[in-house]
Amino acid sequence: MDLLNPGTGFRPEWLEDLHVNQSAVERRVATLKNRRSLKKEWQAAWLLKAISCIDLTTLSGDDTPGKVRRLCGKARNPVRADILEDLGVADMALTTGAVCVYHSMVKTAVDALAGTGIPVAAVSTGFPACMSPMELRLKEIEASVADGATEIDIVITRAYVLTGNWQALYDEVLAYRKACGKAHMKAIISTGQLATLNNVAMASMVCMMAGSDFIKTSTGMEAVNATLEVSLVMIRMIRRYHELTGYKVGFKPAGGISTAKDSLNYLVLIKEELGHDWLNPEMFRFGASSLLGDIERQLEHHVTGSYSAAHRHPLG
Amino acid sequence: MTIKDIFNDMSYGPAPEGTDKVDQWLAGHKDGFGLYIDGKWIGSKGDKSFTSSNPANGKKLAKLAQAGDADVDAAVKAARKAQPKWESLGGHGRAKYLYALARLLQKHARKFAVLETLDNGKPIRETRDIDIPLAVRHFYHHAGWAQLQESEFPEHTAIGVVGQIIPWNFPLLMLAWKVAPAIAAGNTVVLKPAEYTSLTALMFAELCQEAGLPAGVVNIVTGDGSTGELLVDHKDVDKLAFTGSTEVGRLIKARTAGTGKKLTLELGGKSPFIVFDDADLDAAVEGLVDAIWFNQGQVCCAGSRLLVQEGVEQALLEKIRLRMQTLRVGDPLDKNTDIGAIVDKVQKKRIEGLVQQGVEQGATLWQPERQPDSAFPDAGCFYPPTLLTNVDSSNIVAIEEIFGPVLSVLSFRTQKEAITLANNSRYGLAASVWSENLNRALDVAPQLKAGVVWVNCTNQFDAACGFGGYRESGFGREGGREGMFEYLAPVRGKTAAEQDLPVPEVSGQQQAGIDQTAKLYIGGKQARPDSGNSLPVISAKGVQIGLVGEGSRKDIRNAVEAAFKAEGWSRTSAHNRAQILYYIAENLGYRADEFTARLVSLTGVDKKQAQREVELSIERLFFYAAWADKYDGAVHQPPLKGVALAMNEPLGIVGIGCPDAAPLLAMVSMLAPVIAMGNRAVLVPSQRFPLLATDLYQVLETSDVPAGVVNIVTGARDSLMQVLADHYQVDGVWYCGSAEGSARVEAASAGNLKRNWVNHGIARDWFGAEGAGREFLREATQVKNVWVPYGDSI
Repeated sequence: MDLLNPGTGFRPEWLEDLHVNQSAVERRVATLKNRRSLKKEWQAAWLLKAISCIDLTTLSGDDTPGKVRRLCGKARNPVRADILEDLGVADMALTTGAVCVYHSMVKTAVDALAGTGIPVAAVSTGFPACMSPMELRLKEIEASVADGATEIDIVITRAYVLTGNWQALYDEVLAYRKACGKAHMKAIISTGQLATLNNVAMASMVCMMAGSDFIKTSTGMEAVNATLEVSLVMIRMIRRYHELTGYKVGFKPAGGISTAKDSLNYLVLIKEELGHDWLNPEMFRFGASSLLGDIERQLEHHVTGSYSAAHRHPLG
Repeated sequence: MTIKDIFNDMSYGPAPEGTDKVDQWLAGHKDGFGLYIDGKWIGSKGDKSFTSSNPANGKKLAKLAQAGDADVDAAVKAARKAQPKWESLGGHGRAKYLYALARLLQKHARKFAVLETLDNGKPIRETRDIDIPLAVRHFYHHAGWAQLQESEFPEHTAIGVVGQIIPWNFPLLMLAWKVAPAIAAGNTVVLKPAEYTSLTALMFAELCQEAGLPAGVVNIVTGDGSTGELLVDHKDVDKLAFTGSTEVGRLIKARTAGTGKKLTLELGGKSPFIVFDDADLDAAVEGLVDAIWFNQGQVCCAGSRLLVQEGVEQALLEKIRLRMQTLRVGDPLDKNTDIGAIVDKVQKKRIEGLVQQGVEQGATLWQPERQPDSAFPDAGCFYPPTLLTNVDSSNIVAIEEIFGPVLSVLSFRTQKEAITLANNSRYGLAASVWSENLNRALDVAPQLKAGVVWVNCTNQFDAACGFGGYRESGFGREGGREGMFEYLAPVRGKTAAEQDLPVPEVSGQQQAGIDQTAKLYIGGKQARPDSGNSLPVISAKGVQIGLVGEGSRKDIRNAVEAAFKAEGWSRTSAHNRAQILYYIAENLGYRADEFTARLVSLTGVDKKQAQREVELSIERLFFYAAWADKYDGAVHQPPLKGVALAMNEPLGIVGIGCPDAAPLLAMVSMLAPVIAMGNRAVLVPSQRFPLLATDLYQVLETSDVPAGVVNIVTGARDSLMQVLADHYQVDGVWYCGSAEGSARVEAASAGNLKRNWVNHGIARDWFGAEGAGREFLREATQVKNVWVPYGDSI
């Protein structure tokens, strides 16, 4: 995959005229949920799209190779074959967008997914707090890339945002970018710790200037993770960056997205604010672990008309 | 489409709301609807009918009765009969019914939403999420006012029978805005829904039955404009509340002049939507969607005039065009529809006509491509979202209300220019201001001539926050405490007719001594009357004791001009105004003997009575000086994170016509509250005793009253008052005189729909409790609600 965004120099003037009105953002999100409705085949098709955009994730201290292999199996076959058959999409070779793990599980995942084309993403740079020495963070990236990760989810020093040190943030992300080499870089800005939507907007912009291919809301470890509000602000910044540079940056909300309905709200948000070009796994991902389970149940309900149960679907 | 196709094109597909329950309801009425009078359904006596149809597909929905003369009369009679008992039920008794109506409406919310969408053509998302919930909220809120009526509105009673005429753009919501406060206050109503959209009102009538509302409290008569006229003209209606076009509002104002009917008018608008260069432009774009592409732009307070700061104009326009492309025009019943059908082809033609004229006058038209996956029934009455740029301020689309999804764009350079452009309109209903700098937004809001100002939001409504216009957008407020006052009347003592005294012939000798020829007082200076003529002033004993100028049209013009220039008075601090009023009182005190003697000489009262009048006049100045910095507004807490600031603002320029009775006290009692609240006055004193006014200006001259704040024109009072009422720069007229004079003031005020407070020939006891009070302050002010949402922390 080519990189999406070569980045620009540090352009502080692009931060000067950013204004985010929180109240207006909240209203847009509140009404958007009620402005669009997806029924029947449309709902099923959009849920399949959601699956194709999932970074199926496990980020736990007790992850083992066995658990990761099982997850990779789920990534290859995210939905029971008979359901796909009934939906008429058996030949689509539906998979999740990627599998996302810690560095030590990268090799296992790469092996388990060999030949599938499903990328392996590694969270990196002292995930989730970003408090380890910079050289170790860079080394961590390099190690994961060496092990076969083609996507690196980096975390940023939140202190730079909270103190308005945008140059330092730019330099940090640029250094990550270089360490990533040909791997896609997703910049996690940890919105739940950035205090204001204006900070979210500016951090998004700086990370894009420094060459992030994706910007991502959260580590999943903050008290508040992805919300539609912060997502709206971030994707408006993606639109703005595209207007300014012509580069299209991808978006990944992560953490707390666990229901089929949630995933549809995000897809609608993307369609309305960014358009079709972003409705695919190249430009959009969900960072989620339990979302897939709920979507599977909804799809079975669509096919059979009966409400489904978790145990009817293979564990990931 | 297969799932695979949809996976690739990511279209929305149809999401229609079901209509089964409403279809059933309509089928149950397939023989037509009657009129709801006295708790019963009756056929129209004239046996005339009309049909209501669905503008989205042209299909007929129902047959409706056209109420005629006898029907309207029967409805008014039923309301009259029911009123005393309804009022005597007491606040709590009425609150229970309003609560029941709120609950019932909530229970049947979806049915009402679907019916409204079918009848009106507006998207189901809006009826479901906005119209019906707001209507429900209105009944709950006013159940509360009914409950609190005795304690919160002491010394007030219901007005009686209220005629209400509502528009087609928010049929049920406007019904709620009208009916809820009226019946909460103890009135009974006859409501006429708009002919295009009567169905939810009829469904509501069934709820009234279900709630066991006493017969005659709510009566609903369907019909076209002619039914409305019958209601307007009906002699036994005490108050009319109308929401609709300025044109019809003007007619109603003229037709009811002199009838004593209390009136509230909520009329048209061309509301400015002001975007400063420090605004969140993406937020402003969504604001515009809510402002002008909400309800197909058929909203009286639609933000139809975009005023954008030049530096961000192109950036904003690009964002607007991008956003317009995702607006889905189509089947109103589809949950994915943003813009539904225009209510009727007559209306659509009007939109097309105005847009065409706008383009002919130089505007550039832009409309987005139709969404490929949005249904657009050809039989329906649809109009696409439309952007008009290169609009001069003289272009018809910058001036006239289009009442369609059409946005006109103008630009400005500075905050000052933005305000001037925003106020460059005959209307004054609403405005919105977009800036991330609250210093700026809160500076701009009070300077806008609009009854509602939304900061960084638009088209927000709540039952607790008054809604209504300035200028030709009407008068009166709906919602909140101020809205309740529109349906209440202060308790008055025994009423006597106001006696206008004839100016007697000179019977005695001219008073010896130096000639006294009092001039007019205009712009802080004594001015000779333009006519060059004087009028004699005759004492009680028939002696000519002086002359006053015979004011004419031109003197009124000059006085209004001077008042206009004294605009700073409206912005000066309340403390400052209070100081001036105290100073006037102090100086009047120094000259108490002189005024006492003047009263004795002119009116023939005994000295004691005259002293009392002077003392009370001084007290009254103290009273309104005291109030000047205490008649505060309110801070509402609408259901959003933020506040709505209800500010009591002056009307602007107020004409005052004074009675002959208690000539000093009445004059002071009217003038003091007017200027205390920040208005500038053009005062026409008692025609019989004008010297009290000309004496008073000598007091004003020594009391630091800024030039133009008070202007005094002596002469033929009623004809001068008519000139004032007819003057487009005058914002309100108070008149205390004959019934005929009152009627003339009201009729002449129809021109720019200025607010009137006239006595209809009924005398006021200036010495008693009704001679002063909050009623005067309310009449001297108008409420502006400024919505300020806030929040900058996640």
